[in-house]
This record gives sequence, C-alpha cells and structure tokens, in this order.
Amino acid sequence: MFRLLTDPTDEFVRITIDGVDVSARKGEPVAAVLLRTAPFTARTTTVTGAPRAPYCLMGACFDCMAIVDGVASQRTCMIAVCEGMRVVRQQGKRTQTP
Amino acid sequence: MTVVTSRDAETIIIGGGLVGTAIAYGLARQGCKPLVLDGGDRDIRAARANFGIIWVQGKGPGMPAYQRLTRRSSDLWPDFARDLREFTGIGLDYRCTGGLSFCLGADEFSARSAVVQRMSEEFGEATYDTEMIERSVVERLLPDLRLGQDVVGAVHCGRDGEVNPLRLLHALQTAITTLGGSVLGDENVTSIVPRTGSFIVTTATCTYHTPKLILAAGNGTRELAQQVGLDIPIRPQRGQLLVTERMAPIFPLPTVPLRQTAEGSILIGSTQEEVGFDTGTNTAGAGRMAERACRILPALENVNIVRHWAGLRVMTPDGHPIYAQSPTFPGAFCTICHSGVTLAAAHALEIAAALMGDVLPDHLKPFHPDRFHVSAAN
Repeated sequence: MFRLLTDPTDEFVRITIDGVDVSARKGEPVAAVLLRTAPFTARTTTVTGAPRAPYCLMGACFDCMAIVDGVASQRTCMIAVCEGMRVVRQQGKRTQTP
Repeated sequence: MTVVTSRDAETIIIGGGLVGTAIAYGLARQGCKPLVLDGGDRDIRAARANFGIIWVQGKGPGMPAYQRLTRRSSDLWPDFARDLREFTGIGLDYRCTGGLSFCLGADEFSARSAVVQRMSEEFGEATYDTEMIERSVVERLLPDLRLGQDVVGAVHCGRDGEVNPLRLLHALQTAITTLGGSVLGDENVTSIVPRTGSFIVTTATCTYHTPKLILAAGNGTRELAQQVGLDIPIRPQRGQLLVTERMAPIFPLPTVPLRQTAEGSILIGSTQEEVGFDTGTNTAGAGRMAERACRILPALENVNIVRHWAGLRVMTPDGHPIYAQSPTFPGAFCTICHSGVTLAAAHALEIAAALMGDVLPDHLKPFHPDRFHVSAAN
C-alpha cells in the first residue's frame, strides 16, 4: 500500500508493533509506520470495534490512536519514532492499564 | 413587523428544563394539557452542569422534610423510569445501584461521619439508609477499580443511582407532546401580569392567558416570581465538569466525584463557585478536580480529557428546594431546586398532582420561602 521513500542521510531504528520487530526511520511519525505495516490499522473503535487507520495525519481525527510506550490513546501521527519504541494497536475502549 | 397573537392555556409552565418538564409530564398524565414555555438554546441552563445522579445521601441537613422528599423520589424512580421508557421508547440508562462519596484521609472521613450522624438523628427513624464504609468495603463494591492509597472509606447510600440526564429531558419532552401538551422553545417570557383569577403571560410573539402558572425557570425564576408577588432568593452557583474519553466499564455504581456513563466516558465533578452568571471555565478549577480524581483513581493520570465545561446550579440560601404558591395571586406557583434529576420522579408523580389542587399539601409546607425571612429565625 504505502512504501517508505528513503534518503541516504536517513537513520533507521528498531521499534515493535504488537511485539513484532519493525524498522522505521528515526523521527518519522509513528502513524506512518502503521500505514505501511499490515494490517495497516491503528486501533478498533470504542463503540462497534470497527478497525481504524491513520487518516488526517495532523492530529485532528483521532483515528490513529494507539498505545505508545505504555500510554494509551496516543495520536500516533503526532509522535516521532525513536529507538526501542513499543507500539500496541488499541482494541476498543482503553482500560486502567496502561 | 412581528404579529403578536393571543392564546389561552389550561396551565402554563415557564421553564423547559428538568423541573418544568417533569411537572408538565405529571400534569399531562393527569389529563391536563400543559403548555411549557422554554427559553432559547443559548440561555443559561442548570441542566448543562448536570452530573446525572439520583442522589439521596447528604441531601437535607437541617431539614428532615427534604430528607423525606428525596427518599420518596428515589423510591418512585424505578416506576417513573419504566413508564417513561415504555411510553416514549427512550431508554434512560437508569440504574439504582447505591452510590458512594469518597473520603480521602482520616479527617475527611471523620468530618463526613459527623454529618451522617447528625442527619440520621434529624431524620429520627430507627433505620437509616446512609452509612460510612471502610476502604475494604469500598474495594468490594468497586472490585475492578485500582483505588489510590489516600482513599480511606466512603459515604454509602443504597438509594443513590444514576441516569442519562439528556435522555431524561428528551423523554420528558416527548411524553408531554404525545400526551397532548406542548413544549415551545425560544419562547422567553418578558412579563407576567396577574388579573383576577388569571395571568397574562407575554413573549415576543404571543400573549397567553392562563388560570394556572408554574414558575420553573431555574436561575431566571427570581425576576418572574416578583411579578406574581413571590420573593424567591436564589443565586447561581457554578459547577465546572470534566469528561474523559471512553473507557472499559470499571464503575458498577456512581460516585462523587466520578461517574462512568453507559457509553464509557468518566465524568469528573465538580466545582462549587460563587461567580454570578459567569459560565466560564478555568484551569485552576480543572486542576483541582483532576488532582482529586487522580488521588482516587491514579490510572486516570494518562487518560485524555475530551471536554471541560461549566453550568450554573440554582441555589437557595439553605440549599433546599422551594415550593410555594403566591399569597397575593393564587394560581401562581413556584418550584425551585438544584436537584432536578433526583426529584424528577417526585415532581412528575406526586408534586404535579399537588399543584393541580388549590393548596399545597402539608408535607410541602416546610419548603415555603417564608423560612428565609428574618422573623422565621425567631
């Protein structure tokens, strides 16, 4: 679907999505990584459980929310990738943990 | 040019909030065809600060009649909610589960104990439905909640419950019109002129004639009441509220200051501020509410707040309701309270019927505003 356009100066780091090791460009939005990583979704909704993928990519639509480094409901389009980041796709309503 | 029309009405209720519509619904159930004159969408509405709890504990210190009225309403609520749901098809998310108010620290616990003890004595019956419970009991009532370490206990009352107040208002308006009454929005009353045996109620577009008038206009009631010879010393009290994103269900019952709606959002209440008619919000108020909420439930620290707003409660000098008929212009009644949700069942099923008569029943006499006069203290 989407593929990463690289530049020779890019620096790459390792992050995990749902525990799976993924390569990502340091500093790119986490949402961009989700968009090119199957099944290309960020979360399921709190009402019907339907899947949602990053959409507006500017912090307005809240469809790209996921659990980042243990904090739920983070807009992944507003968060820059860094080494060792743990991203978990959020299922339905958030809980007390994380 | 605006055409001013004239219209007769059996009974007019001024105010289409939870108080006015509950009374109008009760009247309509009795076969009356009430006309509710409601304000505009941007008018100040107490229902905007509404937490959606049917709350018995803590109501009526110093006035046992109010303790009894609140309990009566709580006991009427199951029938009231069932009737409304069956009649309108609108579910209210009502449940009577009991409720609790958290005590943080030993000082809060002992202060609340003293209040419960005093109110129990004033109530004067062998059994009392409100009690202090220790932290271990709170943990049993809220098994999924990871309580903060400052929670030492709570005030618990089995008659407390919760409801979706927006659905309640919608259901009441629907029921009134289905039963043959009317609810008119944007129909602000500009003047009331008493005549012998009737009242002339004027709005921008219409002049209404009615033999019976019920004022339920919340914070707008004071000025209207003066025109029918009633002195109603009320003031607005601001309540700021926060609401979080939706969470998986963790609250099986309502608490003060946290309530989880049927949709999963957690309401965080509420400030009590004397700022006149200012409906603004501020970060200081939000900060105090959030800080207390996080001491009760530390997991809230990372939860997103999706909205912060304020509304104005309707407060009387002693915090208790006012029910009164004008001594100079009989047929004009005033109904004031800050507990439009809790008292909705009593307003609809009992007080509306009482207002159909010519005199208020004895159990409502303690609620007359004469109690605020200096001579009443002697």
